[in-house]
Amino acid sequence: MKFQKDKFFAVTQHQLTSFFETLAGLFIFSIRFFKEVFLPPYEVVEIRKHMIELGMKTLPIVGVTGFIIGLVMTMQLQPVLQRFGAEAFLPGSIGITIVRELGPVITALIFAGRVSSGIGAELGSMRVTEQIDAMEVSGVNPFRLLVVTRVFATTFILPLLTVYVIFISLVGSYIAVVLVQNMTWEYFTGRVIFAVEFADAVPGILKTFVFGFIVGIVGAYLGFNAKNGTEGVGKASTTSVVVSSLLILIIDMVLVKLTLWVWPNVN
Amino acid sequence: MLINMVKITDLHKSFDDLVVLNGVSFSVETGQNMVVFGRSGTGKSVLLKCLIRLMIPDSGEIFIKDHNVLNLNRKELNELRKDIGFLFQGSALYDSMSVRENLEFPLIRNFNLEQDEIKDRIHKVLEAVDLSDAIDKMPSELSGGMRKRIGLARSIITKPKLMLYDEPTTGLDPITSKEISTLIVDLQHAFKMTSIVVTHDVLCAKIIADCAIVLEGGHIVHEGTIKELLAAEDPFLKNFFSDEVINNNGRN
Repeated sequence: MKFQKDKFFAVTQHQLTSFFETLAGLFIFSIRFFKEVFLPPYEVVEIRKHMIELGMKTLPIVGVTGFIIGLVMTMQLQPVLQRFGAEAFLPGSIGITIVRELGPVITALIFAGRVSSGIGAELGSMRVTEQIDAMEVSGVNPFRLLVVTRVFATTFILPLLTVYVIFISLVGSYIAVVLVQNMTWEYFTGRVIFAVEFADAVPGILKTFVFGFIVGIVGAYLGFNAKNGTEGVGKASTTSVVVSSLLILIIDMVLVKLTLWVWPNVN
Repeated sequence: MLINMVKITDLHKSFDDLVVLNGVSFSVETGQNMVVFGRSGTGKSVLLKCLIRLMIPDSGEIFIKDHNVLNLNRKELNELRKDIGFLFQGSALYDSMSVRENLEFPLIRNFNLEQDEIKDRIHKVLEAVDLSDAIDKMPSELSGGMRKRIGLARSIITKPKLMLYDEPTTGLDPITSKEISTLIVDLQHAFKMTSIVVTHDVLCAKIIADCAIVLEGGHIVHEGTIKELLAAEDPFLKNFFSDEVINNNGRN
């Protein structure tokens, strides 16, 4: 029994150490990113290529998810609001929830699952097969070509995807509404636009830049530093998803608190 | 007068408690082909990677063409690297690029060349490695030997003065190994390069080497020509080359 207890503590200690080591490494890696991102040459063609690739890769899955979230949330909320006689607030409350929280966070989490793991696996595979070394040897800065371009692309494509997901979620929500009551699309969107304020929309979209950065930097960091062959590639890929998802939720918590501090009347 | 292309002095490199290089010193003259022998894990690849600063040694000095590699800033290092070719053990071809793009990559990134000049160089190196028809293939469509050849073509397309080969014949069948070794010598003569080759393949060394060193326990334990090493009475060398000696006797 004692042995198992010791083992449990040893494993926990190892995992905690490993997690904090990853965070420290990520911090240093991020500093390097900000040092290099402003230096020429600017890899515009590569950034555009990654933005298109990553955006197109994620568009269908986030679209389907956004539609279902909007649909299901409305189906759940409708009877609750009906119970309190507040059914008229349905489009507004759905709109606010999606714009402020669900749209950005759900999109970021799905983006993390799809893209962070992809970047981790791709760069990890390039690391263990010495392709990154080959780039360095040929006088090319692999950090700028592989990391900066991808992180830049994820940072700026996620806000666009989030706007798309918000729109699709509202479509899903509208379909759920018209299944049980008569309402025009114009009336529905009018109620949403009336309810959603500047202070709801701007922080919601702004935080997706941070989430996009997290998704890119975590995948790139773990892939770029992968070791131990194919096992290391797999580990980089799965750890990327876990770490980036966890960081998205933690940072979201901080940003929500920060938003309420900056715009105290948003509640 | 022969001048040193590479000069390494008292190089040390450890990984935690594991001492890999412990005071390695040698020099390679311009135009010479040197082979580095040693058992697996004796730091041969680490030596090559320190040479081109893919790894930073703990102490020691490395001079390439009179530049102290360890003191160069990033820009100077990249300039120096343009004169160095490196053939990796697994070829390290960029998976997402075709053969043409792999070959174009170092030229487009580092040299301000006209499109015609780039095409011409690609054509010439592919001809040199006898793989002109593979130009539009992806690395995944190539065999191990073909990948090595394309890797070699990519290394020499920048016309380097110094070539570093990390186990160029590992994982290849004896006939392809011999072909690659012969190709390395032919290219060395054609492009007048200096080479350092890390290998355990004695046949490859016999074809390529002007001189050789043997690494063991972090030190250079023997230095000389291949003939001298094969004929040496030292028990370690006899053991190291034993199969080769037997095979040679059998063939003779």
